[in-house]
Formats: sequence, C-alpha cells, structure tokens
Amino acid sequence: MDFDAVSTEAARNGLTGARLGGIQDPSSHVELLGEHTNMKKALVSIAFGLTASLFATGASAQATLNSVKQKGFLTCGSNTGLAGFGQPDAQGNWTGLDVDLCRAIAAAIFDDPTKVRFIPLAAKDRFTALQSGEVDVLSRNSTATMSRDTQLGLDFPAINYFDGQGFMVRKKLGVSSAKELNGASICTQQGTTTELNLADYFRANNMKYEVVAFATSDETFKAYDAGRCDAFTTDASGLYAERLRASAPDDHIVLPEIISKEPLGPAVRHGDNNWGDIVRWTHMAMLNAEELGVTKANVDQMKTSDNPEIKRLLGTEGKFGEAVGLTNDWAVRIIKHVGNYSESFEKNVGEGSRLKIKRGQNALWTKGGLQYGIPVR
Amino acid sequence: MNSVQTAVSQTSPPKKSFLYDPKVRGAFYQIVLVIALVALFYVAATNAIENLQRAKIASGFGFLNNTAGFDISQTLIQFSAAGGTYGDAFIVGLLNTLIVSAIGIFFTTFLGFLIGIARLSKNWMVAKVAMVYVEVLRNIPLLVQLLFWYIAVLGALPQPRNSLEMGAGFYLNSRGLFMAKPLWASNIGILVGVLLLGLIGTFIYRRWARKQQEQTGRQYPVGKVTLALVLGLPILTWIVLALFGANPISFELPRKGTFNLTGGMQILPEFVALLLGLVTYTAAFIAEVVRAGILAVSKGQTEAAGSLGLTPGQTLRLVVIPQAMRVIIPPLTSQYLNLTKNSSLAVAIGYPDLVQVFMGTVLNQTGQAIEVVVITMGVYLTISLLTSFLMNIYNRRVAIVER
Repeated sequence: MDFDAVSTEAARNGLTGARLGGIQDPSSHVELLGEHTNMKKALVSIAFGLTASLFATGASAQATLNSVKQKGFLTCGSNTGLAGFGQPDAQGNWTGLDVDLCRAIAAAIFDDPTKVRFIPLAAKDRFTALQSGEVDVLSRNSTATMSRDTQLGLDFPAINYFDGQGFMVRKKLGVSSAKELNGASICTQQGTTTELNLADYFRANNMKYEVVAFATSDETFKAYDAGRCDAFTTDASGLYAERLRASAPDDHIVLPEIISKEPLGPAVRHGDNNWGDIVRWTHMAMLNAEELGVTKANVDQMKTSDNPEIKRLLGTEGKFGEAVGLTNDWAVRIIKHVGNYSESFEKNVGEGSRLKIKRGQNALWTKGGLQYGIPVR
Repeated sequence: MNSVQTAVSQTSPPKKSFLYDPKVRGAFYQIVLVIALVALFYVAATNAIENLQRAKIASGFGFLNNTAGFDISQTLIQFSAAGGTYGDAFIVGLLNTLIVSAIGIFFTTFLGFLIGIARLSKNWMVAKVAMVYVEVLRNIPLLVQLLFWYIAVLGALPQPRNSLEMGAGFYLNSRGLFMAKPLWASNIGILVGVLLLGLIGTFIYRRWARKQQEQTGRQYPVGKVTLALVLGLPILTWIVLALFGANPISFELPRKGTFNLTGGMQILPEFVALLLGLVTYTAAFIAEVVRAGILAVSKGQTEAAGSLGLTPGQTLRLVVIPQAMRVIIPPLTSQYLNLTKNSSLAVAIGYPDLVQVFMGTVLNQTGQAIEVVVITMGVYLTISLLTSFLMNIYNRRVAIVER
C-alpha cells in the first residue's frame, strides 16, 4: 500500500489553504468570511494532520531540507495576523519579525526571500500543523517550554524575541496595577502559555477572575474591544501590537506588571537535526551580522573585509554553509535579502514601525540584552 | 411449450460446485472485506503509535489524569486550574455541550411548531411573517448568525457599571444576564414533598377525568386542575411557611462589585448567543418539517373533525397533529441531531463546549491530537445515537398500528 500518497495529498491541500489565506481583503464583510475559511482550514489541517500521522513514514536526516528544495519553496506557519510579527499587508505580502525569519531561511536556501508560502495558524492548531508536516517551520511568536520541547515532538532551535506576559485595560477603569484585577473578566487566546500563566498568577495572588478564552487572537481582541472583558492579556509585544487595532487605541493602557517569561522562537519537528541547525544558524547569522556591523547595504563591500570573523560569516573563509547543506555564501544571502537582526527588528517592531518597541531584553549581549550570537567558527 | 418445461426441469437441479454457490461467495467476499478493514485499522494504529514514538510525541490516555492548569468560564461541576485534570476539563466541556443542546432542543421544538403552524395560518399576515422567518433564517449560514448574535448584540449591551436593571433582581450587561440565586433552607424538603404530592394528584385526577369522559362524555377542567396542583399548591405552602417565619427559599441578589456584579447567578453572553443562534436557526427547519407533516394529513380529516363539531384548535390538537407526528418524527430527529452537532460552532464565539475546551485547549496543551480527536468523535457519535434511539422509541409509539 502506498501510504506516502496520502501525506503528499495532505501537503497539497495545505498549500491550497496557504493560497487562500495569503490574500486578505480589508473590508470587514470579507473578514468575516475569512475567519470562516480560517476555521475550516484549521479543521482541515487537523484532519490531514491525523491522516498524515496515521500513515506517513518517519522522517530521515536532511528530509526537511530536501523536501523544501524539491518543492521549490518553504512552508512557514505564521500568525493569523499580529502587527510587527506576522501579518499580511494590504497587498497580501506578509511582513513582520517572525515572517522575516522565514524569509531569511528561504533566502539562505534559494537566494530568494519570496520562496515562502505562509500558512496562517491559530494558536491551538499551530503545533498539530507542524507535527503533521503541513509546515516546515513554525515562526509564530510561540513560547518555548519544556513540555512543548519534550512531549510535543518539537524543537526550539532559537529564541528570536524575549518577551513576557502583560495586561491591557481600559483607562477609564482606573486600574494601575495587575494586582487590582481581582474579580475582573479577562479575555485570552486558548491553547497558549498565556492561558496557563493567567491561572497561575491569579491563584498565586489569591485573586478571583473570569476567563473568556477564544480560538484566535482576532476573536479574542474583538471581544475585548466590544467590552466583553475588563482586561486583555497576551505577551507584552502582542499587547502593543493589538492596541493599534482597537477602535480607540488611546483609551487603553498596558499595566506595568510582566507576569511570566515568554521566550518566543521558531519551532521545528524533533528528529531532523540538520533542519533545526539551519533555522538556528539563520537567526545566529542575523545576530552576528548586527554585532559585526554587516548590513543589507554594506554586505557586498564587507566581503572584502579582513576581519576573520566577518570572513567566516560571509563564507569567504571556511566551508561553514556546506556543512549544513547550504552554500558557503548562505549568510550573505540572508543579510542581502532580509538584513541583520537590528534591521529586521527596527523595521518591524522598533523605531521604524508603528509599535515603537525598545530593544530592551532583545538588545545584543554587548548592549546589555539577551541576544547572543554564537560564533561562526 | 412442453419441451421447454422439460428443459427447465432438467436443468433446475444443477450440479452446484461449492465454489459457485452464491451464498458461499457472498459470505467469502464479506469476510475478506472485514479482514481487510481490520487490517487497515491495525496498520494505521500501529503505524501511528510507532510514528508518534519516533517523533517523540507523547501518546496514550494517561494525560487525562494530569493537572489542567487553565480555567474555564462556565463549569457545571467544581473545576479549578489548581485541582482540575484534563479529564475533568473533558467532563466540563461535555456538560456544557449537553446543557446547551438540551435547552436548545426544548426551545427550538416549541418555536419550530409555532412557526410551522403559523405558516399554514389562514391569516395572510401571520403566514407571510412565518414564511419570511423561515426563508431568512435557514438561508444564512449558522456561523454568520452566531457571530451576529455575539458581536452585534454584545456590542449593544451596556458596560457592567451601567448595567440595565430589569427589576426582580435581573440585570443585563455585556458580561451576561444576572439574576437572583435561590438559596435553599433546610426545610426545603417540605416544598419538594408538596410538589411531589401535587404531581401524583394530577396524575390520578387525569386518569379519572379521562375515564369519566369515555364513560359519560363529560369534560373536566384538566388543565386548570393540573396548574392548581402542580404550581398553586407548592406556592401556597411556600407562602404559609414564610408567614410562619420558616421561609424555605431566600434569594441572593447580584450586587455591584469593583468590575462587575457579584453574587447571584450569571448566564454568560456566549451561552445566550449560542442558544439564540441554534434555536432560531433550527426552528426554521423544524417549521418546514411541521408544515410538511400537517399538509400530509388528508384534508378529509379536518373536514370530518369539523363536521363532528370540533373547534379548529381541537381539530389541530386532537386530529391533525397526532397524525402529522408520524411524518414529523423522523426528520425532526435529524434536526435535533443537527442542533447538537452544530453546537460545536461555539468555538467561534468562545463558549466552552466540548470542542472548544477539549479539542481546543486540551489538545493544544497536551499535543495529543489523535487521542483527543478520537474521544471527541466518539462522544458526538454516542450523543447522536442515543438521541436517535430515544426518538425511535417515541416514533414506534406514534406510528400507525396496522391491524
């Protein structure tokens, strides 16, 4: 019996889903229908995920890289729409910090950052989609945790954004601290670490609350905006991003407390170490480029640099790219097409964006942050 | 003619080879099919387990005993993030599905019959209103209707601090419908006892009244007596008890808290929106089923009833509906099943039903997709088969008894 046929069918259906999701009309009526499609897609993804895990045969070394090369594009599980991290713009082009990581991986493999199919996934469907092979990499502001790493068959090769969970409330409530939220209704997205931290925080502080959990971030925020909840909770970065979508953004404030650690990063399937290496080193290349001052604009000049660290990064010395199944100029491709970490950060969530998030914990280690590029050596 | 007959009779007891016996062949193919199916499931199951282990994905049903760690907005049993397990979360979700389905089936039957009968009304206005209702409601996807009820209606409701006061302890705001919560005193047993007595009394009176009518043709006020016994008697007892200072029921009224009303009973807006959506949508289909059932009863029956002197109301209740029920029951069962299954659309508006809680949060937190999906499918299958079973029993009772 040819079981592989089933999983190929699943992959193909996943792709149709991607194309449907890629185009989003801004008018609200279509948005409603879009949600419907999303939900259908989620169900389809679960259904095919099940079929695939029932019949597919296991992955072998380099399987993901080979299949990506064979397909001619990367499938990237992305957020259904989170400003600054993963969101299609008015023309249907995906932009954001998490999106840039996928574009960088595609650039490293194909020398073309457009060879990515983005598949928007709700929080509760994302890991199933990755497990079943519907996406090659999940770059969707997902928190790395021990259970996800060890029980879900996943690996988190890098952390591209250090975050923590916060709360947003309406100004007119007169609340200035999360400690004053006793008895509040709180909107959150289901299937997230947020949902669990929320329960922990209120239990630890001996406070009562009413949780209202929704399947997608979109539904969650709409319900909060419509007045269903007193507070809205998600990762702090998400709070700033979602606030932009409120009917009156200035009516809402973000409370000062950060109640959890949320290391957000890309996830891949456990077992294909080579593929995990590619994802990790794509992020590391962007960090090292920032540290060494290599930018989108000067990368070609930098190839002639005498600095041995730059030479190794840009592949003019050594064969580091070949060792992971890429070309030796892999990092040049990433930087030329996507830029270094700082460029991507500032453009998507930092000063160059509407979010204006400070680097904070996400500054380089040399500037007191946590982002630390492992040496290319 | 003769020769043909002899030819037939000669060949009629053919020497059957065992292999050519149609019965044996039929059985053989069926056995092969069953074996193939079992083998397919076996291969799928073992392959899945092997793949899950290779991919380091946890498997098995042990997760049901692990602590859930998340909270749920509507819980009919005691459930908390600290003590509740994934198994408890499953029960919470299941009960939430069952309660919205049961209440939904009750109201949708009532509304459906009302509109179905209204569509056949001789009053032009009533018939057209019913027709517009049916055509509009059944031609808009249920999901869109649910989102309408939830987003449009929710957005129009006031914030908790300016709750709409509706009197008698009822408040309405964007957090739902609030009402007084009855608190039972220890002597509530007396009230329950009186209610039981009333029910037994009604039962006996009804039997007696029917017998009297069959024998003498005299009619007794069954409806009024039932009302008096079942409602009047307990209320009278309650008043008497209260007068003697032993009130068995007191009410806890909702009070204004920091964020919202506290105390009392709260019905979540998600529940209300889902119930409204399911009831109005399914009622449109039931109305058509009822209309078809009534039209299937021959006009002669109505005319005969009329010539016997029955009023139009009696004709409908005693002659038409009982006969129409035979046509109505089977498609009505399907509508009940549809309502139950459609309740899973709760996922779109955040009502914590089985699919939302179990296939949403639990699936994602544990990552055990296969187990969770299989359990969920099993539950819906069981609920649907049970509903069908009960409706089939009822159908057998109302079906024509052939003599």
